[in-house]
Amino acid sequence: MTITNKPKSFWLTVLFLAWMIPAMSQHVPVIQFDQLNKRIHQNNDTLYVVNFWATWCGPCVTELPLLESVHKKFANQKVKVLLVSLDFKRDLQTKVIPFVQKRKLQSSVYLLNETDYNTWIDKISPEWSGSIPATLFIKTSRNVRKFMEKEVKAGELETIIQSFHL
Amino acid sequence: MKTIFKTQLALLLLLAVGLVSARFAPAGYKVGDTVQDFSLKNVDGKMISLASNSQVKGYIITFTCNTCPVAKLYEERIIALNQKYASKGYPVLAIQPNDQGISPGDSYDLMQKRAKDKKYAFPYLVDETQAIAQTFGATNTPHVFVVKKEGDKFKVAYIGAIDNNSQDASQATKKYVEEAVDELLQGKAVTTPSAKAIGCSIKWKKA
Repeated sequence: MTITNKPKSFWLTVLFLAWMIPAMSQHVPVIQFDQLNKRIHQNNDTLYVVNFWATWCGPCVTELPLLESVHKKFANQKVKVLLVSLDFKRDLQTKVIPFVQKRKLQSSVYLLNETDYNTWIDKISPEWSGSIPATLFIKTSRNVRKFMEKEVKAGELETIIQSFHL
Repeated sequence: MKTIFKTQLALLLLLAVGLVSARFAPAGYKVGDTVQDFSLKNVDGKMISLASNSQVKGYIITFTCNTCPVAKLYEERIIALNQKYASKGYPVLAIQPNDQGISPGDSYDLMQKRAKDKKYAFPYLVDETQAIAQTFGATNTPHVFVVKKEGDKFKVAYIGAIDNNSQDASQATKKYVEEAVDELLQGKAVTTPSAKAIGCSIKWKKA
């Protein structure tokens, strides 16, 4: 058998590479509102920066690099960027995933499959009229909750995050 | 002298703060408010105001545009609303609020083209200074304000989305605007006076 001829490290490398492939190609889980809500309301030490965007939204696409830089800058701190796409589920394979791959987005990307908007917009924030981009900063354990319904400027996200004195 | 200067400075600062907060104060109509009439240019070059048509019982005022994908998904539904309700006294009045510098696809020329191509049977007005969108408190497209005529005034009866499924009209289980107008026509109170939806933010001029 050829298998036994290979050193153990070879097979470990193969296993490792096989494990890496899905990690390298960014995937986009489709979630419902309750799942998102649970995710951002955990009583842990993490500040969630939840950005609502869509591939069809020009200002959203413009500000994505700013969210990506926050993801990188706070990688060693308990800050988690969630990019919540409001694209339709039918556009997941044809638009959202290709977009995420082309831009090599490193933050966690989700597609929120909830098109009956009026049932959940107020649960994110009663101040939210429904326009995107919009961003929610939330850390339940410290009662941090800040909502912004506008395109962010360079450095603005960092200033807000630092203002919470994590 | 110094103290006077300081007082003046303090007053100036206060004034500045006041101005800034006035600029960003959450303006806009709420349900029940009386709408101030306006005069905006239609795609045919004529000026239109709420008072222009004395026959109406109200209007389906719709902030919309050429470019927003959500507005495009709703375009046929806006046309259908006008078809259904203009003859009953509630015509559509479409207003394009985006800054044409930021959103060139919403230029007056392209608005004219869009209205012609899609045979809009309702006015498609340009809110060049964005003052009307601000006064209304419109934030995104499409964003509807149903107003009802009471005497010579127009009162806001509904604010928000057209229905609860932007993706597919046939799947919408709540047709907010239709329900509101139907109730108004029957002399009833509007059951759902507001409903939110995801839409494109209005492209405001850079300050």
